Amino acid sequence: MFEIVAFYLFSILTIVMFGITVFTNNSLYALSSLAAGMIFISAFFFLLDADFLGAVQIVVYTGAVMALYAFGMMFFDALSVVKERINNPKLMFLLSGISALVIVLIFVAPIVNSNIEAQYPVHPEWGNAQDVGVVLFTKYLIPFEVAAVMLLVAMIGGIILAGKKMDISYSELTEEEIDALESQTLKKDNK
Amino acid sequence: MSLNAYLILSAILFLLGMVGVIRRKNLLMLFFSTEIMLNAVNVALAAISKFYGDLTGQMFAFFIIAIAASEVAVGLGLLILLYKKRGTIDLDNLQSMKG
Repeated sequence: MFEIVAFYLFSILTIVMFGITVFTNNSLYALSSLAAGMIFISAFFFLLDADFLGAVQIVVYTGAVMALYAFGMMFFDALSVVKERINNPKLMFLLSGISALVIVLIFVAPIVNSNIEAQYPVHPEWGNAQDVGVVLFTKYLIPFEVAAVMLLVAMIGGIILAGKKMDISYSELTEEEIDALESQTLKKDNK
Repeated sequence: MSLNAYLILSAILFLLGMVGVIRRKNLLMLFFSTEIMLNAVNVALAAISKFYGDLTGQMFAFFIIAIAASEVAVGLGLLILLYKKRGTIDLDNLQSMKG
């Protein structure tokens, strides 16, 4: 009973939140509703006995990724309205819906009516976190290391990409120096 | 709840993300929509992992989360670079080779 109520409550909440994210014109609303949706998604992980995954979802997604988005939005004018002109919106809507359904069907099809044996079975007496740790650090050690390296590379890449031309700190300059710099860049842009 | 209920929910969320990816012209919204799609897949993987008593689904969900985090780091860097260059985050502005 509890699971049914929780499932329907959280599915409605998640769908509404992600709907706001997809259809709103305000980036700030989109960001906040996306963060709320991520929190609600973690509820499904707790319902599915994937406690560790739920905690990771809250920490990584709503903690790190959303903070990164909010931080990135400071660098550009995120609240400016982007003109979204689509020649045939209804056709676009229909096509995207159909293609998404087809993708889901393709991925779900092998699961239906086939005998799947558990390669790494769950041990209920261990608890989820320990179970995940044992499998992750024995069977999936190399993918784990590769993921760690990939995260490092992506982080350095992101810093280098975003940090270009940030070698001048405005807070250390005087007003005159800033004015001189601004007029210099303006001249360069006009060329 | 049955496995089908979770898979249907995952399909609905994935569909929402797909609609966002195809419909939106704001690059930031495009990133948000990809996050929605990745999360939808994560729900499906966790559900399959539970109903078949197998931990592989949860492992894949972890790696998907890692990939999503690195995608955000690189994608936001590129987005900031594009904004510095063009002054806008409109997707149509990226078309520099109109056929």
